[in-house]
Amino acid sequence: MTELTKRNKSILSVIVCAVFLAAVYIGDMLVPPTSGMRMLFTVLEKGSVYALVAVSMNLLNGFTGLFSLGQAGFMLIGAYIYAIFSIPTAMRDSVYQYFEGGLIKFSVTENLGNALGTVMGDFGVMLGEHIGMIFLMLCAGILTAGVAALIGLPVLRLKSDYLAIATLGFAEILRAFFQWKAAGPITNSSNLLRSYTTYETPLFPVIAAGLCIAFIVLLINSSYGRAFKAIRDDEIAAEAMGVNLFKHKQMSFIISSFFAGLGGALLAMFQSSVASTPFTSNMTYEILLIVVIGGIGSVTGSIIGAYLFVACSEWWLRGLDSGAFLGISAGFMRPGFRKVVFAVIIMCIVLFYSRGIMGNKEFSWEGLVGFFKRIFSGKKKTSEKNHKTNTDKEKEAR
Amino acid sequence: MNFFVENLPYILAGISVGGQYALIAIGYTMVYGILRLINFAHGDMFMVAGLVMVYLAASLPVYIAIPIVIVFTVVLGCTIEVVAYRPLRSAPRMSIMISAIGVSYLLQNTALYVTGGLTQTYPTIPWLAKTVTVFGAHTKMVTLITPVLTIALVIALVILIKYTKIGMAMRAVSRDFETSQLMGIDINRVITVTFIIGSFLAAIGSILYFSNYTGVMPTSGSMPGLKAFVAAVFGGIGSIPGAVIGAFIIGICENIIKGMELTVFSNAFTFVLLIIILMVKPTGLFGEKNIDKV
Amino acid sequence: MSKENVLRVSDITMQFGGVVAVDDLSLEVNKGEIIGLIGPNGAGKTTAFNVITGVYAPTNGAVELNGEIIVENCPQGKMKTLYKGKNNGKYKDVKVLTPDKITKLGVARTFQNIRLFKGMSVFENVLVAMHMNLESGVFGAAFRSGKAKAEETAMREEAMRLLKMFGLEKNKDDLATSLPYGKQRHLEIARALATKPKLLLLDEPAAGMNPQESAELMHLVEKIRDEFDLSVLMIEHHMQVVMGICERIYVLDYGALIAQGNPEEIQNNPRVIEAYLGVDE
Repeated sequence: MTELTKRNKSILSVIVCAVFLAAVYIGDMLVPPTSGMRMLFTVLEKGSVYALVAVSMNLLNGFTGLFSLGQAGFMLIGAYIYAIFSIPTAMRDSVYQYFEGGLIKFSVTENLGNALGTVMGDFGVMLGEHIGMIFLMLCAGILTAGVAALIGLPVLRLKSDYLAIATLGFAEILRAFFQWKAAGPITNSSNLLRSYTTYETPLFPVIAAGLCIAFIVLLINSSYGRAFKAIRDDEIAAEAMGVNLFKHKQMSFIISSFFAGLGGALLAMFQSSVASTPFTSNMTYEILLIVVIGGIGSVTGSIIGAYLFVACSEWWLRGLDSGAFLGISAGFMRPGFRKVVFAVIIMCIVLFYSRGIMGNKEFSWEGLVGFFKRIFSGKKKTSEKNHKTNTDKEKEAR
Repeated sequence: MNFFVENLPYILAGISVGGQYALIAIGYTMVYGILRLINFAHGDMFMVAGLVMVYLAASLPVYIAIPIVIVFTVVLGCTIEVVAYRPLRSAPRMSIMISAIGVSYLLQNTALYVTGGLTQTYPTIPWLAKTVTVFGAHTKMVTLITPVLTIALVIALVILIKYTKIGMAMRAVSRDFETSQLMGIDINRVITVTFIIGSFLAAIGSILYFSNYTGVMPTSGSMPGLKAFVAAVFGGIGSIPGAVIGAFIIGICENIIKGMELTVFSNAFTFVLLIIILMVKPTGLFGEKNIDKV
Repeated sequence: MSKENVLRVSDITMQFGGVVAVDDLSLEVNKGEIIGLIGPNGAGKTTAFNVITGVYAPTNGAVELNGEIIVENCPQGKMKTLYKGKNNGKYKDVKVLTPDKITKLGVARTFQNIRLFKGMSVFENVLVAMHMNLESGVFGAAFRSGKAKAEETAMREEAMRLLKMFGLEKNKDDLATSLPYGKQRHLEIARALATKPKLLLLDEPAAGMNPQESAELMHLVEKIRDEFDLSVLMIEHHMQVVMGICERIYVLDYGALIAQGNPEEIQNNPRVIEAYLGVDE
């Protein structure tokens, strides 16, 4: 098995993907809700959402060379669009308690569920709800993309660092808008949105994020992707080669925002309640740091980075907060210590390992074989294998 | 006139906050002028200065705490420069910006850890907190001291830059990094001095700012930091008088907006202003145009 | 006698603040010609290229491509008082096409200080230059629609043909910046040709080459002209190259045109000799 044909590789990828998804499905059924291993699924779900958002940011920052810091703002739009339109009508009075039940009196997921439920019974309810969820996710993406198109008009004419500040600023404006009292009947102002429809199986975010990432990979490997990379490498030369700078920047910006919005919707589902407060510049920074950890300009890297980031912050480094980590216990390990350690690790990566995990390379079966040959012993963490398999979807797409 | 009288408290507060922004903005504009780097960590340094003051004032008298805070901030600023920015001097600009974001993330998380996420009450500095009455409006002494102190410091700074040898070196480096290096200017020294000045002013700004707001949180630095940066852009990045004027404009406008009960938009307004200025005059009020060489 | 005109530059003045980089330059390129633009360092040759390709808007003057105006400008704003050139008031319209539009109309260029896409392979560098003629939309391209696939295949074949012509087919998958200097220059020309230009602007194509390489380049430029049926305007310091292949030569000094004519006339022109005295390489 030294030389893999293209066909064999795609078959291999499809098989690995299917096995992985089946494993998630079965695992989800088998692991009881009280088990510590549930954490694995939390990481898988949140990691998938972050992977999608990180890849969408990478499309802008790593592949088009636009240093944009608006990701949190776009996720906020997506999350809100999804949440607002899927809160069941019965719950609206309690959710919008300060706004007399809010302005919107319907729920896309509930209504669709009921409509199909009358025809097909319980299965119809489930089907209707899922159609509604997917429809709302797409709406979240499209509306976010629309907002991005408007923001892009002025902002994309700016140079690198001004662009960074302006996008950061727009994200802040968006957040202010969602907290605005006058918009309360729709956005619930700064109060929590909750009780909306969410997914039931961890497969949902994994598949949704996987499909979206597959699209981004296909785009990057198309002629448009080459134009984006040309802009990143040298704007003046790209323009001299006939690449319309503004059109392509706008395109990249809109597509990236579409997926950020969609990712926001997925995040809303994962959290099962959403408020505008956490969507600050700090959230954008975290996503940017994921991209950096994985390697700017590598989709695989962003995916691995996202899972590592989520696994560390939600799971592996938890002990640092509670006072016991790897058998060491000390008084200084109290809440917040984990994040300090984490920030130090990130700074070390930025300073000493700036290429990140993958540099600008992508996953390939040859690369994986080579990697195993190099380390010679087959010892690898199971979780890391999961990351790899997830990236296969891209491979399959090629 | 009616508008003026009605809004007097807001205008006064605006001038005061403007002065505080100005002190932070100078740090941004000087670093950007020389390194072409948005020092995202600058706002957080300002917050750290506030926290250090809180902890020091718990056991030391204020007149001892203040100099220690200033020295600490200056040392912190220089350390950040040496550790996080100096190794990346020849790296692409995006890397150094990411490093700045990383430092900001580190400072905020460390502050979160140290404070446990609780808002720390800023110590009352007696002569700053004294209440005075101006044209019938009650306000704290700090409101009056800030603009005066800001302008005095800025004049001193401008004199330093215009007439001293190191000032000349700073101007040369901001004009052309490589050439001034070839002319025998010790770049690292110039950059260190820039960070010393920036951190010093941020420390003073921090004392004045938090005296007004009483509470310090780990995230307290990011908004004033961003606003100060916007002020620097507004005035024309690299220009010190520009940054000061920009900061005063932003401070006053923001407080008038607060007066109109649109507080949620007072932050947003700053960025609207930024986008407008970047559209209309990308180089800011006093900035110079740079032409890309092909 | 009356050849078909491809490029006409009229009274171009380019001022940066008070500094005049190009002073009232007029030149013409006719179909199938190879024209030289020479002059000492800092004479404003590259600036002239930047004006023709739309990178800079000239302070005054116009550029026509195949009889169509692609660039026209007159002093505006602060420049009204700063303007030092002649012909003030002769041009009224303001029209500056962006570089990508000008490239689409058939002007391609290379850069003096090589500007290849460094993160991309040799092959991709050439492919990018064909992107502008792509008809498939972004979704078609991403989802690999039939049309997009056909277009992609055609682009790849065409790019391969160009690479072969420049002897770069073996380096196809190398990173563009990993190529040796001379090959990078060749790749720049190949990339420019991929835009299917009618006019090719070469900015010091022979810089850093030894006499033998320059001689090869001369033949290559002639071959390109014949095979792709285009006109060439080149900036070059190697006199043997310029004198060898250019039909006409324009000489710039301090931004202003000091001489024009065929190689023989230029070689004997006293003003040219004076301008080059001590500067000649």
